[in-house]
Amino acid sequence: MAGIAQGDWLMGVLIQLSLQFLLISFLAFGGASATLPEMHRFLVVQHHWIDDQTFSSLYAISQAAPGPNVLFVALFGWQVAGLPGAICTLFAMCIPAAILALLFEHYASRYPEHRWHYMFRRALAPITVGLVMATALIVMQGVGFSAGPVLLAVVAVWVTLRTKYNPLWLIGLGALLGALGWI
Amino acid sequence: MADQSAPILPAVVSPPITPWSLFLTFAAMGLQGFGGVMPWARRILVEQRGWVDNREFTELFSLSQILPGPNICNLASILGYRWCGLRGAAAALLGLLGPSALVVLAIGVFYEHVQAHPAVAGAVRGMSSVAVGLVIATGIKMAQTQPRTWRVAALGLASLVAVGLLHWPLLWVLSVLIPLALALEWLASRKVTG
Repeated sequence: MAGIAQGDWLMGVLIQLSLQFLLISFLAFGGASATLPEMHRFLVVQHHWIDDQTFSSLYAISQAAPGPNVLFVALFGWQVAGLPGAICTLFAMCIPAAILALLFEHYASRYPEHRWHYMFRRALAPITVGLVMATALIVMQGVGFSAGPVLLAVVAVWVTLRTKYNPLWLIGLGALLGALGWI
Repeated sequence: MADQSAPILPAVVSPPITPWSLFLTFAAMGLQGFGGVMPWARRILVEQRGWVDNREFTELFSLSQILPGPNICNLASILGYRWCGLRGAAAALLGLLGPSALVVLAIGVFYEHVQAHPAVAGAVRGMSSVAVGLVIATGIKMAQTQPRTWRVAALGLASLVAVGLLHWPLLWVLSVLIPLALALEWLASRKVTG
């Protein structure tokens, strides 16, 4: 009985994950990171499947790992429902959107200089900037707004804008300072 | 005899592009791409392989941006499709995501086992703080390319407040803001030209 109930629970969760990440992928005009707040709303606020701190930690881990940015969705899926969850979130996020891109390529991409193309990008850009800043806010919320993390974030902003160091060095430095208990 | 009008071939002819070579190339790209794959995509596809030129890459990049979904996935599937049809698209996408997803998941599983350790918890806290800084820097860099108008500032602020502070569903927010932004953009462009 318990096995059946658990199986039903898992199937229900997988369907919800797939549908929500499918929807998110079609809202991802500004790249995957701009949809992080929506994933937070769904996974943390609405369903309590992941807590605030784990959400931010999983995002940070994905940033330190190789691969496309979007892979953090696999970690979220994993956290909620194991390997099937990871497969569902990653597939829902990437495959339908890629199919849409192929349809566009097949039928419409012969006219890349179209005016609407340019106008659409210009119109969307400010919204995307807002979403990216919202992403920063939500990851910070998981860490907590105390002095150490805020200071480290400010330093990271400054170094990124002023120097050409690879961001990976900064992430490594953050890990070191944190492991020593200074953050 | 080849067509007389055919362009002169470069001295070094690169081997033909197959689904397998697509898979390997995009897998290498994914595994090397720390902090985002797009810079590596340009480096490998344009500079190392010479499969596309800079202009074509830039066009593809902007096309991937306006299409919904992760940009790099769109780029991989379109390029794979151009060279080898549907099999090429599948090979490029699988190469890009498969191997690097395994690495990320392995790191995630490892983290699950050691997260209780104070040093690990501290390290991830530090990494998360830096990640916040990196995201803000990305936002600032994007904002710097924008014209300094009230329209742009208001749209950016509106999406930040609605999604970041009020936690409204993205679908609602975008269904209001995108048409609004398009209308404002259209009005502004009319004012300039008219």
